[in-house]
Amino acid sequence: MPKKVVSGNYAAAYAAKHARVEVVAAYPITPQTSIIEKIAEFIANGEVENLQYVPVESEHSAMAACIGASATGARAFTATSAQGLALMHEMLHWAAGARLPIVMVDVNRAMAPPWSVWDDQTDSLAQRDTGWMQFYAENNQEVYDGVLMAFKIAEHEKVNLPVMIVESAFILSHTYDVVDMPEQEEIDEFLPPRKPLYTLTDFENPFSVGALGTPADYYEFRYKIAGAMEEAKKVIKEVGREFGERFGRDYSQMIELYRTDDAEIVFMGMGSLMGTVKEAVDMLRSEGYKVGAAKVRWFRPFPKEELYELAKNVEGIAVLDRNFSFGQEGILFNEAKGVLYNTDARPIMKNYIVGLGGRDLTVNDVKAIAKNMKEIIEKDELDREVEWYHLKR
Amino acid sequence: MVFKSVNEYPEAPITLGTTLSNFTGDWRTFMPVVDESKCVRCYICWKFCPEPAIYIKEDGYVAVDYDYCKGCGICANECPTKAISMVREEK
Repeated sequence: MPKKVVSGNYAAAYAAKHARVEVVAAYPITPQTSIIEKIAEFIANGEVENLQYVPVESEHSAMAACIGASATGARAFTATSAQGLALMHEMLHWAAGARLPIVMVDVNRAMAPPWSVWDDQTDSLAQRDTGWMQFYAENNQEVYDGVLMAFKIAEHEKVNLPVMIVESAFILSHTYDVVDMPEQEEIDEFLPPRKPLYTLTDFENPFSVGALGTPADYYEFRYKIAGAMEEAKKVIKEVGREFGERFGRDYSQMIELYRTDDAEIVFMGMGSLMGTVKEAVDMLRSEGYKVGAAKVRWFRPFPKEELYELAKNVEGIAVLDRNFSFGQEGILFNEAKGVLYNTDARPIMKNYIVGLGGRDLTVNDVKAIAKNMKEIIEKDELDREVEWYHLKR
Repeated sequence: MVFKSVNEYPEAPITLGTTLSNFTGDWRTFMPVVDESKCVRCYICWKFCPEPAIYIKEDGYVAVDYDYCKGCGICANECPTKAISMVREEK
């Protein structure tokens, strides 16, 4: 299997190329820009056939162009970050509502003000209710694999919904690492050409997409999207298992569990910070702590069944949120608590707000959090539910 | 097209066919009714109808295309001789 040393952004660009995307409409924004630059380079070098690149005047237009392309049956791809993603917001609802399997990479970047280009998950999590699936990558390999799987999941006949592959600003986007890339023929076998739900180029049978849905009809179309999201959970597991069988990296679990079998305390989080957490788990284990890590790969659809199976066997869960919902708490923490309310699983749960705007979360930080959690469990009493861990006091 | 069960709906919100087969007249609550004895054939209603769902018959009088008339009542409001009245529709 060929290997390349690439940045997270180049991994995304190669994956789009290997997925044989037909339309890319994009607008530059740091730290995403090198994804679409690389794709433009593929075209300039004649490395790709049948790929239309649409330079647009804004991210809103980028997503609008992807929607148009996807509605004709094309495989469409784009990438963005932070303010650009926020500008797309209206069109994100449109893509999902029209049931178009567009794939987009969002490079997590903190929302301004103050201006920041560094890692923070609030941009993508603010798009939670748009009907997009969301996959959080831990490393460059997962960015690459995620994009390939995303097309297969999104285009599945029971799904037909868009997917956002999320990677961390700079920690992944501009950091080079070894990435395994299968041969093109192997990828073509895994990911055959798209079979669209409908194509606007069916001129013999003209129809319109997204026309008026009166109160008599709108409700049923929303129910269909909800059902497709539930189906997507099965499809994600199937495709993740098939990916593992073909390429040796299994993604059949929506929550990746690391050393959780006899764990008393589990760290839960998403994205690149979970690499640091796994390193800390190994060190804590060697010091005698019974700790493990639960990396939430898919935030939408939310893997509530897997979370329940984990939660019923542990004493405490430390949720590490590189994001925040003002007026409430960390977004993953909020979701995870909600999932367990109607179950008999009642671990102690504490929310640590970490890494906002690219603040480093180190192995020593994770070790300190483990010690705090151990104290809480021994006293059987939360010191506070939400802790701004790095705060300069 | 009226669907009775969620299973009858297409998966995506697409409109099958065009407005040639998808009528908008069923949005109406009040229907305009023309009284030819008062009509002076000025065609102001025909000019003002935004749809347009008013047409001129061969005899010169106006009639309403109820497949598309949404019942906005502009024609009745504009008619200088009060030849058009809005009548509540029983469905």
